[in-house]
Amino acid sequence: MILIAAFYLFATLVIASAVMVIFARNPVHSVMWLILAFFNAAGLMLLVGAEFIAMLLVIVYVGAVAVLFLFVVMMLDIDFAELRAGFVRYMPLGALVAVILAAELIFALGAWSAGKIDLAARAAPVVTDKSNIQQIGELLYTRYIFLFEAAGIVLLVAMIGAIVLTHRQRGGVRIQNISEQNKRRPEDATRMVDPGVGQGVEL
Amino acid sequence: MTETFISWGMDADWAWGVATIAGILLIALPLMLAVAMIIYADRKIWAAIALRRGPNVVGPFGLLQSFADGLKVFLQETIIPTSANRGLFLIAPIITFTVALMAWAVIPFNSGAVLADINVGLLYILAISSLGVYGVILSGWASNSKYPFFSALRASAQMISYEVSIGFILIGVVLFADSFNMNEIVKAQQGHGLGIVNAFGFNLLLFPLAVMFLISSLAETARAPFDLTEAESELVAGYQTEYSSMSFALFWLGEYANVLLMCTLNAVLFWGGWLPPIDWAPLYAVPGIIWLFAKILFFFFVFSWVKATVPRYRYDQLMRLGWKVFLPISLLWIFLISGWLMLTRYG
Repeated sequence: MILIAAFYLFATLVIASAVMVIFARNPVHSVMWLILAFFNAAGLMLLVGAEFIAMLLVIVYVGAVAVLFLFVVMMLDIDFAELRAGFVRYMPLGALVAVILAAELIFALGAWSAGKIDLAARAAPVVTDKSNIQQIGELLYTRYIFLFEAAGIVLLVAMIGAIVLTHRQRGGVRIQNISEQNKRRPEDATRMVDPGVGQGVEL
Repeated sequence: MTETFISWGMDADWAWGVATIAGILLIALPLMLAVAMIIYADRKIWAAIALRRGPNVVGPFGLLQSFADGLKVFLQETIIPTSANRGLFLIAPIITFTVALMAWAVIPFNSGAVLADINVGLLYILAISSLGVYGVILSGWASNSKYPFFSALRASAQMISYEVSIGFILIGVVLFADSFNMNEIVKAQQGHGLGIVNAFGFNLLLFPLAVMFLISSLAETARAPFDLTEAESELVAGYQTEYSSMSFALFWLGEYANVLLMCTLNAVLFWGGWLPPIDWAPLYAVPGIIWLFAKILFFFFVFSWVKATVPRYRYDQLMRLGWKVFLPISLLWIFLISGWLMLTRYG
């Protein structure tokens, strides 16, 4: 009973907040609705027993990706009048993309449920007493090890690429050298002098 | 607790619901009381180190100071700046406060005394603590004011940076404990140090991680010396500048609840949680919750001590510490720990 209520709660909230992402006027509000959608999607994952994926969804998407979205959107200087002016011009293209996407989704779903895939094997999770994380780990590090490593290399290349593209050397910037500072002792910077009256100190 | 309610003749679903709500109240209400007292303790410790008296007027030894402050704040008018984004401005402190309470669901207070005994307890904590940043960013942005916005940017960069190294540090603990479940992590620490000491922290491989986790938890909760988000000499009061009355109090409560949570995590992950410090039978006569509280209070004392004695970091130094010191070391340590475990446990 609680499970069903929770499912409908999460499902309704996912759809409602996804709709609000599009309809919210303020882009920051859109990002907030997006976060709510991620959150409820994680709730749905929990209901099907994929607790590891649910937590990853929250950590990665809500905790990191959406924060970056929020950063970018907050910094934007958006002129709403200009945005709306382009609406009519881009409308046909947008509608076309939407229709194609919807058609593909319907097509894929139809093929999936009507095709020759063995229906009995489709949604039959293997019941074990191992936890979610152990099961995923066992698959990932044995059967899919090469794909896993390939994904790692792709991410590494992307990371290095992003750094190379955005890194620039600026001249005239004074950078703190921490180890040099830590090595500095009072004797290096100060000296005791005892000048006579009216003589002053030689610097 | 559910079984007790069922034995009283309740339906199983109802019993579960009532037991959960009772559990939430059993954690949240004492936590609020603890936050009030810990604010008092913080001020007293800080005052003692600065050779002052601290709060000593309201109640015996000033014990009721926090309650007086709470009442005062409660009676004040809530001021919303005209140019603020009204909805988000009011939601932001609620997010901070709620998130600070949510993480307590998976903290084990004694053997089996945990509200939600889930397999992914540690990941849940990571997920919830990554949410904490939203309260800060939103309050900074919704205030529509310069200093809060600067503070929000600083806070989010700081929290995200330190969450990365916290994540790696936690992986070290998980590798040794062989579980993400908080209770299992505590149990794995029994007799961990030479068969006598109940703590991961006494393991030579894990001690550096324990130190880094303590420092990262200072940064994660934006406590001194990493309190750049509310550096009063630069940013007035940071993201809280435009807040007043209860919305301000919610930030305050959420912040201290987070500090307590981080102290608890230090105790649970590295210093044995509800286990007594030494694996010696008579010590188990003391209830586990008392050991846990003693450890939490010890770490809170360390937090206050650091706050009173260490000067504030500069922002670039903070970022350097997070990305150039903690991240490489914690990554290296994962290699060391997994190598060591492959040799000894799985080899």
